[in-house]
This record gives sequence, C-alpha cells and structure tokens, in this order.
Amino acid sequence: MIESSGHEGGHEAPRGFLRRYVFSTDHKVIGIQYFLTAVVMALVATVLAMLIRVQLAWPEKAVVAPETYVSLVTMHGTLMVFFVVSLALVSGFGNFLIPLHVGARDMAYPFLNMLSFWVIVPGCVLMLASFLVEGGAAAAGWTAYPPLSALGKAVPGSGLGQTLWLLAMALFIASFTMGGLNYVTTIVNCRTRGMSMMRLPLVVWTFLISAVLGLLSFPALTAAAILLLLDRHAGTSFYLPAGLVFGNETLPHQGGTPLLFQHLFWFLGHPEVYVLVLPALGIGFEVIAAFARRPPFGYRLSVYSILVIAVLSMIVWGHHMFVSGMNPYLGKYFSIVTVLITVPFSVLGLNLIASLWRGRIRLDAAMLFALGLVSAIGIGGLGGLYLGTATSDLYFHDSYFVVGHFHFTIGTVTFFGIYAGTYYWFPKMFGRRMDEGLGRVHFWLTVTSLFPMFLLMHYQGLGGLLRRTYDPTVYAYNAAARGLNLSITLLAFGLGAGQIVFLVNLFRSMFAGERTGENPWQATTLEWTTESPAPHGNWRREVPSAHRSPYEYGRNGGAEDFVLQSAEKA
Amino acid sequence: MNGNGATLATRPAPLGLLGVLATVGMLFAAFTAAYLVRRTAADWRPVALPAIAWANVAVLVSSGAAVEAARRTGRGPWLLAGLGLGVAFLGGQLLAWRDLAGRGVFLATGPHGSFLYVLSAVHGAHVLAGLGALAYAGARPAALGTASAFWHFVGGIWLYVLVVVSVL
Amino acid sequence: METARPPASASALAAFFVVLAALTALGFAAISWLPVVASEHGPGVDRTIVYILVVTGVLFLVGHAVLAGFVWRYSRGGTPEYRPLSPKVEWSWALLPVLALTVASEVGVLVIGGPAWSQIYGETPAGALEIEVVGKQFEWLVRYPGKDGRFGRTAAELVHDVRNPVGLDKKDPAASDDVVLRGALHLPEGRPVVVRLRSLDVLHSFAIPELRVKQDIVPGHLGRTQFRPVRAGSYELACAELCGLGHYRMSGKVVVEPAPEFERWLREQAGWFE
Ligand code: HEM
Ligand SMILES: [Cu+2]
Ligand SMILES: [Cu+2]
Repeated sequence: MIESSGHEGGHEAPRGFLRRYVFSTDHKVIGIQYFLTAVVMALVATVLAMLIRVQLAWPEKAVVAPETYVSLVTMHGTLMVFFVVSLALVSGFGNFLIPLHVGARDMAYPFLNMLSFWVIVPGCVLMLASFLVEGGAAAAGWTAYPPLSALGKAVPGSGLGQTLWLLAMALFIASFTMGGLNYVTTIVNCRTRGMSMMRLPLVVWTFLISAVLGLLSFPALTAAAILLLLDRHAGTSFYLPAGLVFGNETLPHQGGTPLLFQHLFWFLGHPEVYVLVLPALGIGFEVIAAFARRPPFGYRLSVYSILVIAVLSMIVWGHHMFVSGMNPYLGKYFSIVTVLITVPFSVLGLNLIASLWRGRIRLDAAMLFALGLVSAIGIGGLGGLYLGTATSDLYFHDSYFVVGHFHFTIGTVTFFGIYAGTYYWFPKMFGRRMDEGLGRVHFWLTVTSLFPMFLLMHYQGLGGLLRRTYDPTVYAYNAAARGLNLSITLLAFGLGAGQIVFLVNLFRSMFAGERTGENPWQATTLEWTTESPAPHGNWRREVPSAHRSPYEYGRNGGAEDFVLQSAEKA
Repeated sequence: MNGNGATLATRPAPLGLLGVLATVGMLFAAFTAAYLVRRTAADWRPVALPAIAWANVAVLVSSGAAVEAARRTGRGPWLLAGLGLGVAFLGGQLLAWRDLAGRGVFLATGPHGSFLYVLSAVHGAHVLAGLGALAYAGARPAALGTASAFWHFVGGIWLYVLVVVSVL
Repeated sequence: METARPPASASALAAFFVVLAALTALGFAAISWLPVVASEHGPGVDRTIVYILVVTGVLFLVGHAVLAGFVWRYSRGGTPEYRPLSPKVEWSWALLPVLALTVASEVGVLVIGGPAWSQIYGETPAGALEIEVVGKQFEWLVRYPGKDGRFGRTAAELVHDVRNPVGLDKKDPAASDDVVLRGALHLPEGRPVVVRLRSLDVLHSFAIPELRVKQDIVPGHLGRTQFRPVRAGSYELACAELCGLGHYRMSGKVVVEPAPEFERWLREQAGWFE
C-alpha cells in the first residue's frame, strides 16, 4: 500500500493518449489536470457569485427564490474554497512544482497521485449534480451547521442535496489526504543531492506545511461529516437535541449538541485557511524574487514564521464561535491567541515588501499579481484583527465585514497566487508564454474592480449588513450599508469580465503562445534547468544537484545576474 | 527511486506511513473529542460491551503477533495466520454487533450505542485497509515492514477505542 | 542602467496602491458607518473597533506607502547585489514588527476590549429584568414572566404555531400569566436586561445592531445574554445566523421606553392563557 512505485531508472514517457494525458501518473500532467478541473469549477462558482450579486443589487425584482439564494451562497462558498482554490493552488501547483523544485523525477507515490485526481472527479460531479436533485443543492452555508444541515424539514436543500454535498466532501478529503501524503514524503525524502531543507525554495516550504496542516486537520471534518450523515439518515442524535419542533411536530431526537459540529468543523476550517493562503504566499516569494532580482528578504525568518503560523492555526478555531454561547473565558483565550497570528503574518508581509528593496523590478504580469497579493495579504491580515478581537467580533460576526475579510484572504491572496503562478510557470507547463499585453489588461481590470468591491463590503459590515441575507431591505438600520450593493454588483461584473481576458489568454497561449526556452525569466530554481515543457521524468539528463541557496539573484550585475541553484561552486 | 540515485533518501515509506498514522490518529482523536462532549448530555446511558469484545481483542492481538513473527522470520504461513486472524476479528466484530442488536441496542437507540457502532465501523474500515496491505505484502515482501507497522497501529487503535468506550 | 524615471507601469502601480490606501482610509474615517449606539456596553464595543481602525489604519497606510515607494523607486533599473543577511540581522529586524504587533493586538483584546467583554459576560447586575426570547423559523417570540415574576414550564410537545407558540404548560400555575408576544420586544430604558434564549428548531442569532448585542441561540441549550439599553427609541431585532430560506426576513422590533411607560405597557399585557 505504501510502497513507492516510482520510475525505476527509465524516464520513458508512456505511450498512448489515455496513459499520457488521462490516466497519467506524471505529476505535471496531474497538476495540469487539477488546474483545468479547477477552471471548470471556477466558472460555475463565479456564475453563482454573479447571481448572488444580481439578487442583492435588485432585491425587489426577486430574481431568484429565497431557497435558491441560500443554495447559491452555500455552493458558491463550497466550490470556491474546496473545488477551486484548493484544487488549483494546492493540488494543481503543488503537484506541478514540488518534484521539479526538489529535484525528483516524480512524486514519491505516482500511482497514489493519479488516484487522488480520479477521486476528485466524481466529487466534482456529485457537487454539480446536487443542483439538479429535488430540493436543490445544499443550503446550510458552506459551514453546514446542523440542525439546519441535518434536517430536510429545515430547508429544502437539506434533502438529497446536502447528502450529495457530504459525499462530495468525503471524496475531496480522500483526494486531498492522498495528495498531502505525497507532498510530505516527496519533499522530505525525495530531495536531490545537496537540497537541504534550508535550501528548499520557500514555496516548497509552504506546500510542506500546508500538507501537514491538511493531514492533521481534515480528519476532524471527516468525523464531523460521518456523524452528520448518521444524524440525517440513521436517526442518531449526535448533533440533534431533544425538543426540535417543525410544523407543530416534535422530532424524536434527544441529547445531541449542535455546538459539537461547530468545534469539529472549525478545527478543520481555520487551518484550511492557511492550507490555502500559505502556498499563495510561497508563490509570491518565488515570483517577487525572480522579478526583483533579489533573494527574498529573510529566508529563515519566513520559514520560522510559517511554522509558527501552522502551530497557532491549530489552536485558534474557537474564534469563529465567540458569540455561540461558549464559555467567556474560553472566548478570551481564543481571542488572545488568535490576534497573535497577526505577528508571524506581518513578518511574512514585511519580508515580501522588503524583498523589493534595492531590487531591479520588472513588472511583468506575474509580478503585477504578486505585488497585488502583497497588498491583499495586508488588507486581509489587518482585517483579521477586527474579527479575532472578541469584543469587536461581537459586532462583526456574520456581517459583510467577514465576507469582505475572507474574500481578501482565501479569495484574493489565493487567486492572485494562482494568477502569478500561472503567468510565471506557464512556460514550464506548455513551453509557451502567455501574452504579456493581455496579462496586463487582466491585471488592471482585476485590481480596479476587485479591491474596491471587497473593501466596500468591509464598510457594509461596519454598517451592520448581515451576510447570507436574501433581501436586506427588510431592515432599516442598514440603509447606508446596503446602499453600496449596486456599486458592488457592477464592480463584480467588471471583475467577471476581466477574468474572461485571462481565460482567452490561457487557452490561446496553450496553442499559439510564443515558444520559450528553458529559462525565460532568468530564474534560479531547479525547474528552470530543464527544457520547457518539462519532459516526462523532468530531466532528460541527470537530475541536477543543489549546490547553493535557491535565490542567487543579483550575483554579477549585467545580463547574467543570477546563478542557478544547480551551479557548482567555483 | 530516481534513476541516477541522486536523491537524498530512497525510502519514502516510513515517512508516508507516519503521515497515514498521523491522519488516522487525528480521526480517532476527533471521534474521542465528540465522544467526550456527547457523554455529558443527560440522556447518556452506558451500554454494556458485548462479551465477545474481549475475545476479539485476543484475536486481534494474536494476529498482530503472527504478523510480527512473519516480519521477523519472513515465513509465509505466519502471514497467512495473521491475515486469517484479522478476518476472524472482523467476523467477531459482526458478532458483537449482533449481540448489541439482540439486546435492543441499535445504531440510533442511544448515544453510547451509536458510538460503539460508529467507532467499530470506522475502525473496521481501517482493518480492511490493513488486511489489504498485508495481502499486498504477501505478494511483495519488501512492503511487509510498512504493512505490519500499520497493522500494529490499527490494533493499538482498537485497544484505545475499547478503553475509551468502556472507561469513559 | 539606472534610468531617471521608472516605466509607466511602475508609476501606475505605485499610484494605484497609494490611491487605494488613501481612499480606503478616507472611507473609514470620513463616514460614520456604525449605527447609533443605544446600550451601556455599546460604546466599549465601538471603542474597540475604533482602536483597531486606528492601529490597522496606520499599518495599512504605511505598508502601502512603502510598497508603492519601493515599486516606484526600484523599477528604474540599477544593479542589485547579492547580499544574504546574517541570522542576527534577520532576527533583529524581525523584533520590531513582533513587538509592535504583539503589543498592539493584545492591548486591543485585553485593555480596550476587555472591559466591554466582561460587562457582557460578567455578573448580572442587581435588579435586572429577565425576559425570554424564543427563535423559530422565521419569527421571534418574546415571553415576560407575568405578575408572579416566574416563567412557567414549557414543553416542546405543547408547541403549536397558533395556539401555543412557545409551548407553555397550562398545568403549571406559574405559566398562566406569562405574557407571550410575537416579533416585538419592549424594554425599560436604563434597567439591565437579562435575556434567556431558546430555539425551537435550528440555530438563530439574537442580534440588535444598535444595542451592539449578538448572541447565537443553540437549540437544546438555554442561552443568555445581558445588556442595559440606555437610549429610548425603536430599534430592530435581526437574526444573524443562517436559519433557512426565510432567514433574511426574521426581523423583529425592540422598543426601549422610559421605565414608567414600560411598566404601564407591561401591566396592560394579558397572560397567554388569560
Ligand atoms: C467572483 C468574485 C466573487 C464574488 C462577486 C463573490 C461574492 C460573494 C458574496 C456576495 C458572498 C456573500 C453572500 C451572502 O452572504 O449572502 C460570498 C460568499 C462567499 N464567498 Fe465569494 N465571491 C467571489 C469570489 C470568491 C472566491 C474567489 C472565494 C474563494 C475562496 C469565495 C468564497 C466565498 C465563501 C467561502 C463564501 C461564504 C459562503 C457562505 O456564507 O456559506 N468567493 N461571495
Ligand atoms: Cu479561523
Ligand atoms: Cu436566521
């Protein structure tokens, strides 16, 4: 089961379309498969977001029904977090980059890797199919809190839709766990000669920590989901207390506690944020180093900060539950440790900024997005203080402030990481470049709509606008806040349009982009020592060894201002 | 693994195994947490464990011993014995379920019983995985070290689960 | 290779960061988004928010100014040098943000936010009015203990949408004078209020934004929250936890009136079974 089954010796590519591109065990093919799957899911999730925005801008027109609205919000959140960002960033880039970066010919367990992809495919299908079943898709929020998620009587989406949601999530977790096992073993055990841990590119560190966090935290969601399924279908009472009344009828459950689910969910849910955000930061470090021609500021400091973030992230989940009725002293504890996360985060953010210092910046599309990422991590990180401080969270909890905040962190930082990574590594994936002009248009359309849009949501939260509300005009106190809804919706349309530019660029460049050589960006890490696209087995010649730090930029001045990590010391 | 032998280490198995153990361990830790929370509710009535539960432990422990002997001696019959005892354990677990059901304790009868079913089912799934690993190791002896370590872990988990559900 | 002017894209990006940061800060500072505040602990909550606004505002502006400055300054070419830092330099550089942020964030939690938190979750002040709020899909039910000052027994089996919305037990003498209202909450100005919170079906959250009150209601648990309304007026009660398709319209009214008027109003209310 756990035996590795790498390529023994030969790096002969498998023949036949199926073995090469469909049931491939090549980490690069699998990475791209994940990426393209995420693109499809992103299209769906974005359409859902647009429907949400249309409803909010013109609530009086009741474009969708209230029960549809809750399904839209639930599925938009679920798809974006688990089936878009997780797939593209962690599974996609993680698979593509790790072996290339550590100097391995493939993942430690290539077959397991293929399996992990083919487990997520039915997961995607189930998620999408849930729109078509009776009662519609799940409607209890991406957090799926019971009793709402446990009882078909509570909301239509909690019928078959919620069951499919749970099964799809189970497949997702299985896939992600297989991926995580591969990442950890590959990074630790399959490094090339000379690639000590402290010579790993930072992005590899972020994938490592992200994978460890995933392995340790996802089981909590597995347990939570199993118990929820049983409460739904087997009549157990893990989460369901006595005395629930629907339509004058008392349900037979007794003794369960809904808060149990919340604890289990957030024990996963909070680390999951870092599972997603850390690799995006890692990509930021790689791209900024290459385009500022400087080693990232404070390599060790960044590694330690990432480790501190990982440890803290496992002990702060309760900050999502300040107003759930938990013990106020416990609340205070969670508040004290939560706000401490700002500390390592600000170190990372400052390191990213300081990496520009005395550099020679080239503002290609990849770099533009990496710099946008730095700004977004600042906004998202600082926004976290409002929510981590229990006293202010009392006001912000479940408001649009939260919506604005997490769209900057798990929405913007991650997406900008994906975009920066796509422009940067596209040549290694396809041997061609993406169009630079379209890339810039994409960047400017994106930042000028996305930043104001999600910032305005912070104001809305300050004004008390509550999230997951189908028609905010029911209330009068939020008039100022909801007045921004039309602007936000128009910005969202602009943002959506900007992404079409990206898609066109992506698919056109795959076939018609300008061809590139091994190292189009004059970068230093090992993936740039092989041809583009990288062949099966990654290097036709011997696997290069690591002889120095991964970021020797600005070495000699002049045109050849860098030294490859594989270059032997003189 | 890499053709030219340039990698630092060529045996990822121990670390991969550690990852599996960590994530499975966390799964049972999560169930334990749920158990501890749930048992504080007013409707918690402990259910007596089926008598066969302890016999099952003996079967599982002897299976572990047989697998260990197989690992040390490399003899096939020991492995077969270990596999057989593992299958017998699963059969014993089914009997334990029948015992519970015979006493009117079904999945949804009460919280303690629910946990007995859930924990033994989730554990049983891991036993199945372990049996698969052992069978695979029968064909590929190099994998026996890893498979047996997983098997001992699965056995240990069951002891742990029994302690939780009978003491707490 | 250094040029006098950075390329247009660098100037544009630097300008974008500066304008973005400035406008964002302006939006927070120049417009008072927070609704009026009408409870005793409310200003403490607002103070915490303002404190964080100032702290994060400074960090946000400085951070973006530096980011913009670097983009602008270092896009002009030049020859970077490869100069890795020694661990000592790294650590001493990190000291500043570590100390500054630890202090700034914990001051927010403990010094500024602490008192309001204790007010909300601390001892109940003497002479508090105790009422009960029951959440159900998609309606708020409010119960006053009636003249005897005691809440009567309730049971889920007795709940009926129309005839007995909170499930009062007629057999309990304490129940007969309990006052049950739909969707509206009357409170005396200046007197502490303790709210017992119950849910009949799913999670709800008892939220009165203008009173800076928000407390989830968990079915199966008897929750509570306390506050002191200090400004007479009519406020809105909202459900802040997704509870189904009608969540958005699960609103209610909170009428805070001077104590004598409140007492008069309460006397006029008949018990549910009277
Ligand atoms: C195309 C741009 C996007 C727009 C216009 C958008 C809009 C929205 C809005 C308006 C809501 C709140 C709806 C409500 O509470 O009633 C929401 C919820 C959410 N969004 Fe997005 N979003 C976008 C992209 C993303 C991305 C990239 C992510 C990445 C992770 C994401 C994750 C979520 C999550 C987790 C929720 C919460 C769902 C819930 O409440 O259960 N969104 N989105
Ligand atoms: Cu969190
Ligand atoms: Cu609600």
